[in-house]
Amino acid sequence: MSADSAPLFGVDHLKVYFPIKKGLFIDREVARVHAVNDVTLNVDEGETLGLVGESGCGKTTLSRAIMRLVDATEGSISFRGSDITGAGRREMEPLRREMQMVFQDPFASLNPRKRIVQIIGQPLRLHGTERDRVEDRVKELLGLVGLHPEHLNRFPHEFSGGQRQRIGVARALALEPRLIVLDEPVSALDVSVQAQIINLLDDLQDEFRLTYLFVAHDLSVVRHVSDRIAVMYLGKLMEVSPAEELYTKPIHPYTSALLAAIPIPDPEENRRRERIVVSGEPPNPIEPPPGCVFHPRCPRATDICRRVEPPLARYPNGHLAACHHPLGVSAEEIAAAVRDESSPLDCGDELPSQSGSNGSRELA
Amino acid sequence: MSAQAPEPGAPLLAVEDLEVAFGTEGGVVQAVDGVSFELKAGEVLAIVGESGSGKSVTAMTLMGLTRSPNARFGGRAHYRDTELIEASENTLREVRGAEIAMIFQDPMTSLNPVHKVGDQIVEQIQEHEALPDQQARERVVELLEKVGIPRARQRVDNYPFEFSGGMRQRVMIALALSCNPSILIADEPTTALDVTIQAQILERIRELRDETGAAVILVTHDLGVVADIADRIAVMYAGRIVEEGTLDEIFYDPQHPYTWGLLGSITRVDRPRPERLPAIAGLPPSLADRPVGCHFRPRCPHEFSNCTEVPALTGDNGHRDRCWLSAQQKRELREVRPGEIGLGAKAGAEAE
Repeated sequence: MSADSAPLFGVDHLKVYFPIKKGLFIDREVARVHAVNDVTLNVDEGETLGLVGESGCGKTTLSRAIMRLVDATEGSISFRGSDITGAGRREMEPLRREMQMVFQDPFASLNPRKRIVQIIGQPLRLHGTERDRVEDRVKELLGLVGLHPEHLNRFPHEFSGGQRQRIGVARALALEPRLIVLDEPVSALDVSVQAQIINLLDDLQDEFRLTYLFVAHDLSVVRHVSDRIAVMYLGKLMEVSPAEELYTKPIHPYTSALLAAIPIPDPEENRRRERIVVSGEPPNPIEPPPGCVFHPRCPRATDICRRVEPPLARYPNGHLAACHHPLGVSAEEIAAAVRDESSPLDCGDELPSQSGSNGSRELA
Repeated sequence: MSAQAPEPGAPLLAVEDLEVAFGTEGGVVQAVDGVSFELKAGEVLAIVGESGSGKSVTAMTLMGLTRSPNARFGGRAHYRDTELIEASENTLREVRGAEIAMIFQDPMTSLNPVHKVGDQIVEQIQEHEALPDQQARERVVELLEKVGIPRARQRVDNYPFEFSGGMRQRVMIALALSCNPSILIADEPTTALDVTIQAQILERIRELRDETGAAVILVTHDLGVVADIADRIAVMYAGRIVEEGTLDEIFYDPQHPYTWGLLGSITRVDRPRPERLPAIAGLPPSLADRPVGCHFRPRCPHEFSNCTEVPALTGDNGHRDRCWLSAQQKRELREVRPGEIGLGAKAGAEAE
């Protein structure tokens, strides 16, 4: 992140609620699923933001809202400086070529009846590439993602999972986008193939100065691609951190629980390590708990956590965390922390105080 | 079946030279090719491999779940006095659930959606034991409590859709444990779950193993999970076991180049991140068209003239591997050294 680069896209106090309706003739809205609940984030051009959280935390909904595939309930979405929150189909069309998506399941996201040249060529044709140029461009794209250009007349079933994901990446690259949203692009692949795809994405980013929004459910994969990582829980941001710092200095207890839950592939280390197993499951997003949404599962929760939603406090290096009892930060860092302007609108004003941050000193 | 106590030290399950092939339109797919292993009571054996390595087919064949008109079997699998591969359906039905139970990967699809979870477990108990309804139901409530389902007494009357993924996997474990099996086969039991829930489920499997003394066969691709729970490991590649040993032998003294690659491609959250992720170049072979000789040969950086012959699974003290390299060569070529897991291997070429 350089200081002079403007954000490529951002969301401002974004809320996406899904209504639950009941009734025979007149649909009554009986409840709402709070999928994304007041999230503010900006991503710079050329940056990779890793968006991490467990199932149901709203990470996919957030990425879809940015792509304008679901509508925002409140708040706004901007892309290259213009507000696209309410943009219609026609206004979105020129922007669509600048934002592309790669999906999780390489088996379901390619049409089994179409040849590779048709699958990758479709976005080109839709956006007005001349017919006789399409094939050459598809060959070029196949080469870029490490596939043989001669394969352009094959069908998806002739490829393995990893190769299919490469085809998905080639399709996303076809229109030379600026932003690629990657929704769990390697979760369906074997470990040795995951590494191949991640390295490919890395190379492509360097070559084309792409911006990535990388959505994942666990912290081990995003680490290798991200510049910054945002951790979501129940529709809210828990922590936003420079990538490497999140692993060495997690501030939010939820992040530290997520890290502790990843089994370490080293038997000795595993035997040495004390395991903190977080009990329980994420609560129902229809009625999020009051105060901090993580408090029912949090080992550090106190009275204030049940009453007051913590603001996102800003620590050194642009590290944000929404917690009343932060981990791993020194007393000076707590004293210097300020409320970040991306904090949710109806959160409390109380920043973690030294007295309130019980236990932070012995951990620091 | 009466479960008489095995002689001390005798394996509970002995698989010898298991072969499974399926006839398909694209030719014969040799899914499992000469797999042998033993399982002792109270032991957790992890079968590790990538998709298509034959690990799930091996596990399912033991339960008789791969039988079909186009499947061909070879070899034997002895569970106590019963031979499982050629056993009749009736014999298998007595073994399944009662003696050997299985947990599947996907808790969303492995329970019947139109029956209450309690009734599904009661059905299994009554299939194997003449127990009155009320007592069977009491046992189910106990089981659900044991696997960590809150308010078990009310939850027995819920349908599967009323449970979350983690809770459904607990129901599956309760179902598998309902008849006190001696062997629990868990096929990727936590792959579909979130990490915090995965940790809870693994903890639970470990506790239950300690309590009941059941042996566990854990089928997985995740070496982190393996390091957490396994006693012994069998590494499979393209239908064959390429290396077998204790947890520490495989992690700290791996012998087979594929195991090196596998250990090298692990990423660790407790270490600084490498510049580039290490990857094994190439792809696993198609099981309908396997390379001659060692199956790993086309991807192996250390291939030489011997490799066109199939190496035998050899070694001492139970640490065995299938590779032609001499012990000396392996020590010299090995890129993964103790304490360097996940960082040692070179970042390989990535072309597929």
